[in-house]
Amino acid sequence: MVAALDRVFREEWGGVVASLIGFLGDFDLAEEAAQEAFAVAAERWTYDGIPSNPRAWLMTTARNRATDRIRRDRSLAAKCGLLAADLRAEAPVEASTFPDERLQLIFTCCHPALAIESQVALTLRTLGGLTTDEIARAFLVPEPTMAQRLVRAKRKIKAARIPFRVPPPQLLGERVDAVLAVVYLIFNEGYSGRDELAAEAIWLGRALAQLLPGDPEVHGLLAMMLFHDARRGARFADGELVLLGDQDPSRWDSEQIALGRAQLSDALGLGGRGPYVLQAAIASLHAEIPCDWDQIAALYGELGRLTASPIVELNRAIAVAEAQGAEVGLRIVDQLGLRDFRYLHSTRAELLRRLGRIEEARDAYLQARDLTDDGAERRFLDRRLTELAAADTSPGGPSRPTATLRRDRDRSGRAARQEQR
Amino acid sequence: MQYVCLIYHGTTPLPGSDEWNALSDTEQKQIYDDWGALNQTPGVVTPVPPLGLPENATTVRVQGGKTLTTDGPFVGMKEAIGGLFVVEADDLDAVIEVAARVPTARLGGAIEIRPAETYW
Repeated sequence: MVAALDRVFREEWGGVVASLIGFLGDFDLAEEAAQEAFAVAAERWTYDGIPSNPRAWLMTTARNRATDRIRRDRSLAAKCGLLAADLRAEAPVEASTFPDERLQLIFTCCHPALAIESQVALTLRTLGGLTTDEIARAFLVPEPTMAQRLVRAKRKIKAARIPFRVPPPQLLGERVDAVLAVVYLIFNEGYSGRDELAAEAIWLGRALAQLLPGDPEVHGLLAMMLFHDARRGARFADGELVLLGDQDPSRWDSEQIALGRAQLSDALGLGGRGPYVLQAAIASLHAEIPCDWDQIAALYGELGRLTASPIVELNRAIAVAEAQGAEVGLRIVDQLGLRDFRYLHSTRAELLRRLGRIEEARDAYLQARDLTDDGAERRFLDRRLTELAAADTSPGGPSRPTATLRRDRDRSGRAARQEQR
Repeated sequence: MQYVCLIYHGTTPLPGSDEWNALSDTEQKQIYDDWGALNQTPGVVTPVPPLGLPENATTVRVQGGKTLTTDGPFVGMKEAIGGLFVVEADDLDAVIEVAARVPTARLGGAIEIRPAETYW
């Protein structure tokens, strides 16, 4: 029963809060009313069972509570001779026909007039139903800081009148981008180990795909998140980082990969070729065995032209190194700036290692390690350094090279020796 | 609801400057036209005349009953305010659309939107 209640609460919270904001025109009032309704439900449903239309039940209860409260406040205000708050509608509540206003809600939460951290926090709080404390813990900030952030964001929505609506066509494109950026950011936070955030982002992505079924980027983002998340179980073995090429595919979630492929095909069917669709297509190829590195490199090239991002170019270099050899990949890497980006150095290190340029590889691994705070990543780099030290003294080289790696090393080992001459 | 829009010039070329003269006639005309259109936009009110250059500003403080007068704007030249207007609009999005049409916003400056407030 508790699990069933949790699930209903989880599913219904965002919709109930959204409808209440639409009805009451006030975030705080809506949240309070929703909280009260959920508390009443938790008590009542334990005995009476979950009603056939839980959202209607919750909405009716919440609206009644909110209306009572506004009446009380209003009569108090009248007694004090002040203007009463404007109660938008007093029409009787129509059971079961509440408009779904989650889309309005997410566009309001992700409005560019709010700071990005506030957008994220507000989305997780109002739409995802996470408590302030849960959000604070997920983003490693003290609870009062997060509470303050939410209060300030809600105050600004009210004071500056950020509209509660789906943006008109001329604004829709950039505003959808803002929403997707928030969901992606939540997912990325989750990717570095905080699983609950990754799950939250996927949940939001699903809701968005349902609410904006005609937007290929929405499906693209969801597909990409599903692919990456499907490999979550294989990314670590005994708490240690495992690179994609060394992962055990049997530990990938094949069901989730299938869901990702379905979303990707929806996105492509809608003519999508935007950044999220491309990243989803790349992630889909990564989940194939053997991996088509040529195509991945081509897709990164396309993505790079769209985003002009040096990080995308770094990823292309990795794919090119797999397809055409470490030397070609390294040439791309060496043209990039990104001096403070740890993955630039770890990528250089890996390619240099494959080319047998051990000294340079060691320097690059050390640079990468200096820029890395994450425990698992640091340990990974330390392991590589130890392997390098062993390779330097034994003629056999690094212990577990794959077929591709061995080919690279052999081909360019000669080049490296010539340089040492 | 009323919003006050503050215009910050930033590096926007001012008429008469070398940067301004470097703009083509078409570009200069477009800028004047955009200002004209802005003044004609329903809901836009210009409550004060255009401001003179910040280098001609004088800043006044009173400390211990004594008036202290200094040359220049309160903030730096680049950060000095260049003008303001008021927009009557239903919500922030409507004002953002108006602000995005102010030439200064694309020429190196920016528009800051503040909801108007009644304190008394």
